[in-house]
Amino acid sequence: MQKAHDLKEYRDELRESLDNDFLRTTLDNFAIAYRAGRANAFKDMDVRSLINDIAESKDIAGKNADKLFRDFKRNAEAAGIHVHFAKDGAEANAIIAKIAKDTGCKKIVKSKSMTAEETLLNHDLEDEGLEVTETDLGEWIIQLRHEGPSHMVMPAIHLSRYQVGELFTEVTGKEQDAEIEKLVKVARRELRQKYIEADMGITGANFAVAETGGIGLVTNEGNARLVSTLPRVHVALMGLDKLLPSLHDALRILKALPRNATGQQITSYVTWITGANECLSAEDGKKEIHYVMLDNGRSELVNDPLFSQVNRCVRCGACANVCPVYRLVGGHKMGHIYIGAIGLILTYFFHGKDKAKNLVQNCINCEACKDVCAGGIDLPRLIKDIHARIQDEDGHPLPSMLLGKVLKNRKLFHTLLRAAKWGQKPVAEKDGFIRHLPMIFSKEHSFRALPTIAEKPFRDWWKENKIKVKNPKHRVALFSGCVQDFVYPEQMQAAVELFQNNEVSMTYPMEQSCCGLPVQMMGEMKASKDVAIQNLRAFETDAYDYIITLCASCAAHLKHNYPKLVADNPRLKAKAEEFASKVIDYSSFVNDVLKVEASAFTKTGEKATYHAPCHLCRGLDVHEAPRELIEKGGLEYVECTEEEVCCGFGGTFSMKFPELSAELLNKKLNNVEATGADTLLTDCPGCIMQLRGGLKARDSHVKVKHVSEVLAKNKK
Amino acid sequence: MSSKDSLCQKFTEKAELVSAFVTTIKTEDEALDYTINLCDKKQACQLLVSGCEEGLSDKAGELCETKQTKVIAAPGLKKTLYKELAAKSEKAGFNCIDSGMRDLLAGIDIGFTYAEYGIADTGTLMLDCPGEELRLSTMISEFHVCVLPTSKIKANTYEVEKMMLTRMKKTPDYMAYITGASRTADIERVLALGVHGPLELHILLLEDD
Ligand code: SF4
Ligand code: SF4
Repeated sequence: MQKAHDLKEYRDELRESLDNDFLRTTLDNFAIAYRAGRANAFKDMDVRSLINDIAESKDIAGKNADKLFRDFKRNAEAAGIHVHFAKDGAEANAIIAKIAKDTGCKKIVKSKSMTAEETLLNHDLEDEGLEVTETDLGEWIIQLRHEGPSHMVMPAIHLSRYQVGELFTEVTGKEQDAEIEKLVKVARRELRQKYIEADMGITGANFAVAETGGIGLVTNEGNARLVSTLPRVHVALMGLDKLLPSLHDALRILKALPRNATGQQITSYVTWITGANECLSAEDGKKEIHYVMLDNGRSELVNDPLFSQVNRCVRCGACANVCPVYRLVGGHKMGHIYIGAIGLILTYFFHGKDKAKNLVQNCINCEACKDVCAGGIDLPRLIKDIHARIQDEDGHPLPSMLLGKVLKNRKLFHTLLRAAKWGQKPVAEKDGFIRHLPMIFSKEHSFRALPTIAEKPFRDWWKENKIKVKNPKHRVALFSGCVQDFVYPEQMQAAVELFQNNEVSMTYPMEQSCCGLPVQMMGEMKASKDVAIQNLRAFETDAYDYIITLCASCAAHLKHNYPKLVADNPRLKAKAEEFASKVIDYSSFVNDVLKVEASAFTKTGEKATYHAPCHLCRGLDVHEAPRELIEKGGLEYVECTEEEVCCGFGGTFSMKFPELSAELLNKKLNNVEATGADTLLTDCPGCIMQLRGGLKARDSHVKVKHVSEVLAKNKK
Repeated sequence: MSSKDSLCQKFTEKAELVSAFVTTIKTEDEALDYTINLCDKKQACQLLVSGCEEGLSDKAGELCETKQTKVIAAPGLKKTLYKELAAKSEKAGFNCIDSGMRDLLAGIDIGFTYAEYGIADTGTLMLDCPGEELRLSTMISEFHVCVLPTSKIKANTYEVEKMMLTRMKKTPDYMAYITGASRTADIERVLALGVHGPLELHILLLEDD
């Protein structure tokens, strides 16, 4: 659970997780195994269209939640089930406590339910003097340890067999080995007894099917079946988001849920309960069943134009499985009750701003979660939006406000950058790095060297070298982004050189400024919008075939976020859409549009590996183009392990969480060095800054370059 | 290969992937013999309930002692078949029952059942068990032996959807998809079978046409 009061305390907590070697190794192994398992489970399936179908069906369900609830209730009641509605967690818990009282139940067995975690049900029931036992093995373990879950599907993933062994020794009063098989058997016996004694069973529900008034439960252990069979009273607590019109909708989700959660094609048990079924220990031979439908803000959420998509979540936990930040710090630090990407969002809505305010900053915006989500939720976007909302409510921190103000004024921003060039003189080295970190950085930032500002920004170079191309085949506009303009202009120049040789006529609109992503990352939505409008005005969209940028982050931001940022202004929105449709990244343009051939480059045979920038591979779905270009450009491409995993830059993220950034970079560079390549290529100046700085700090011989630089150099 | 054969093959392949034991049989009699044999071999003839050999709390340990003899539970079978199984069990020295599951919650050795349908693309059995005895026999047994007529194998869940709906509308209903044995990976993500339910799932594919 999230306890930190401010960012500083939160960072201290994160550091503790980073120092937990067991946790780190487990999560690493898990992340790697998960990726392979998931790919295998979805083999030969059209995952995208399945996800789209789920998203669509859940959206429809969300819109019709009222009606679905009425149908569900009517059908369930007709089949002898009692249906309750709870507007918040406290009400749900009170309803359940009352059911226990009315039916004279004393002992309760529970099968894992995130919804019950959300309402902190156990506490309330225990306060009423009831004995509650979790029966899911992982849940039981953390219940005995008085902890919260650290993963939605594997709640005890943070614990070692030794910790479990010690715990079971305490619980049974008998010495236990740390052998997993045996521990599982012990749990089997200890819990069996609990089922027998229990008079009430509590489950969640994965599906609430309106057309039948029944529920569906997805488990591997089989505990939900025992919990819903043995005790004479069964209570199922579920969120409104579980409502679906038909069995078909449930079966569709079932195709994705286990595959996405654990890489299983299906879980061991899927249980469908409709109606008050037989119970031989009840007086009338019928089980007393209660459904408690929880709102807790959900009905409001489905009416929000942006956040309604949260309703699509099927709680598979995949967004945590792929999150590089979760992988470093684990669920207790990457969520409050719900964890991972969706956890950051749900924490805000279910548990409030105070619990969420630090958490939402801990997202590097790598989009891995969005890419894997079973409901196709744009998680990173929602996380950023919540960050912005909280800042709007609580006031904006000075640095982000300042950056926002500066970026709004392009001239001021560029003047400051030019001034920085002079300011850095005393600390700048000839090799393009700053020797000592400036005072504003603490020593946590020393994991990478920082680059100096270039002698001459690209925009000045361009003014002096207006390139004219006769008989152009393509007319393009260049968007440089701040880093390539002011830090790495040589990357832009390399692109210009190649374009010139390929009959591409170029324009560089001087009024362009920073793309605005950094301020959006800091939660400055207003400034992000202002900057977008400036850039949209700077470009005469209809005068070019393409708008090219060599920065993956800029490209993804321009393409996907601009139209959203100006959506409230129809004229600008139309312009932004046209603009966005023309935006293309360097590698795709050169490989897919110019279609350069290997024969145009000198073959050096030099070994090169690749780092796929998040905003290129996931943001723009570009995978093959840069790798093909490396080969065409005369180099030998060697694949790097986890090539599409974030390098830890994340713009301002690396400033806010230097320890996490350093760890992500560390992993990346270990993988890079293991390839044995001398050159590391990539497609984003931010990644280059991070990777180069890190390699410099470890004194590595590996050279980092933008794909454009290699192509320009090897061009015949 | 006929489409039926390929469904069977797919079903077998998928069920075995989740560590189910799949055997093809020609007659119901073979199913009974298989079950008796299995019960005989089980735990080298010892009378142990899974987990009882571990260090348990006194209370949980007591429960283990309630089991006196090897038990095969086969509720919900057609009469003639049950009679035959009961006779064979008696001969082998096992107790065969079709009710009273609640008195044996420490565990029974084998639950013997018939599946309604098989779902090929995941190797799943579909069992409808609104009656508690049948349901429990698939939950508290250490080994679950389930007969699946090959004519009942369908390609995927959408193909059983109609059947499910028909049954669900005749409430009350309690239906299960069962795929492999009960499993957990909650400790260090290491797979362990039989955490609450059966430790082994044996599927007998009955060639019925
Ligand atoms: S965008 Fe990346 S860092 Fe942020 S929550 Fe998603 S996976 Fe985690
Ligand atoms: S947000 Fe998406 S990936 Fe995360 S748990 Fe929900 S459905 Fe799964």
